[in-house]
Amino acid sequence: MASTSPTIAGAGLAERPRRSRVPARLDLLQSATGLVLALFMWGHMFFVSTILVSKDFMWTVTKMFEGYFIFGRPYPGIVSVIVFGILVLFVAHAFLAVRKLPISFRQWQMYRGHMKVMKHEDTTLWWVQAVTGFMLFFLVTVHLYQMLMHPGLIGPYESADRVWTGRWWPLYLVMLFAVELHGGIGLYRLAVKWGWFERGDADATRATLKKAKWVLTVFFLVLGLATLAAYMKIGYEHADRAGERYVPASVQPGAVQ
Amino acid sequence: MTTTTIVKAPSTSAPPAPAAAAAPAGGVATGAKIRVHALRYNPQEPGSVPHMQTYELEQTEGMTLFIALSEIRETLDPTLQFDFVCRAGICGSCAMMVNGRPTLACRTLTRDVGPDITLAPLPVFELIGDLSVNTGRWMRGTSERLEAWLHGDPQARDICRIEEPMEPELAEKLNELDRCVECGCCVAACGTARMRPDFVGAVGMAKIARFRLDPRDKRTDDDYYELVGTDDGVFGCMSLLACHDVCPKDLPLQTQIAFLRRKMAGKGWA
Repeated sequence: MASTSPTIAGAGLAERPRRSRVPARLDLLQSATGLVLALFMWGHMFFVSTILVSKDFMWTVTKMFEGYFIFGRPYPGIVSVIVFGILVLFVAHAFLAVRKLPISFRQWQMYRGHMKVMKHEDTTLWWVQAVTGFMLFFLVTVHLYQMLMHPGLIGPYESADRVWTGRWWPLYLVMLFAVELHGGIGLYRLAVKWGWFERGDADATRATLKKAKWVLTVFFLVLGLATLAAYMKIGYEHADRAGERYVPASVQPGAVQ
Repeated sequence: MTTTTIVKAPSTSAPPAPAAAAAPAGGVATGAKIRVHALRYNPQEPGSVPHMQTYELEQTEGMTLFIALSEIRETLDPTLQFDFVCRAGICGSCAMMVNGRPTLACRTLTRDVGPDITLAPLPVFELIGDLSVNTGRWMRGTSERLEAWLHGDPQARDICRIEEPMEPELAEKLNELDRCVECGCCVAACGTARMRPDFVGAVGMAKIARFRLDPRDKRTDDDYYELVGTDDGVFGCMSLLACHDVCPKDLPLQTQIAFLRRKMAGKGWA
């Protein structure tokens, strides 16, 4: 329609009403933010689990993110910038995904009743995802605020002291299960939602994806529990010297380079 | 909720079932008792209260739920309402919740779902009475809302002209999607549809995907976006895939919805 068409009270009344393209963008963005966050969580788990290899290795990874090996000295602010980016993605994802949650008792009751009689795995998994997603609103916010404000307090002793002496381990324990279940189910759902990896037999692909999803979830849960246990042990042993920074032997004054 | 039980009097003429006539592993043996628990409620009848009623009957060889329900109506309770037309999984009339999942009663063997079989009408749809629902009104509403008919070229309506030929592979794909019998199982199985009554459901999306595939339909993706490009449409789908898993016609609903979603999401910045 010509742009010269007369506009009467209310913009666009003279135009043929067209559906907003916003729902399409929101749908894509919900998937995209979820994908980035889920993949980030895989990377995150590998980074924190370096403590299982050695304190020095974990220290090295930490300092790498602080730019120590590029600038010659650590800049924890870099970590804050990354955390802020994740925070933005997290808030965006929560904002987009909350549209799907049941928001009234009626919807809650409908879904719960439906789920119980259907006994359908993917329907039940959605419920798990909704519940864990709701938990993550609160758990992740606390965690990210801490990381944003104290980016320098990440390290073999620093993290362990926070976990044990700072009494953060209950939060991390609950968050571990919430994240791994939510992210694992979410990645599986993304694949079936958009038809990724679908080659010919969609049912066979889905069965493989489901299996992969469970293997990954169990793998990351085991890795996460082992990692948390490692930090708790170090924190427990280091409790009377809590607050002391970790300095690898190789960079201590007088060390032979 | 009250529960009543009606038991069929032992028939003197029926021969006793041979002991060896056992059903396949895990199933109900021929001659064994099965109990059909049906939800009874007649919205037309003042004072009618939803309740479960139990009917006890004997498992016979190759008994389907259609046969069991017919036997109940003939010998135990003529007031039980349920729908059947074709008895062969073609008409889609007999969809009901069997042990909590929607399926076609005529294609369900009692030995596979018994000996205790719980029957309820499909949710979402208007209840006529007991196990009978009006899927037709809902399906018509969906068809009208989605304009689920061929929007051809008006110029091409000359019946003297020979139709454009179609590749057999494409015709096969269209036939595949046309196998939908509108039984309503996919809608009853959908957690999203249960929470949000305006949700379009798999049957609607499969129809749109079918017309999009058809070269005789002149609509573009912009036109289809007008029909399903909302949170009540394809973007509302939460990919629970119960629709795909319960479809009695094994339609590729997962693939079709994913395809439609990709096309419609692509319109977001187009």
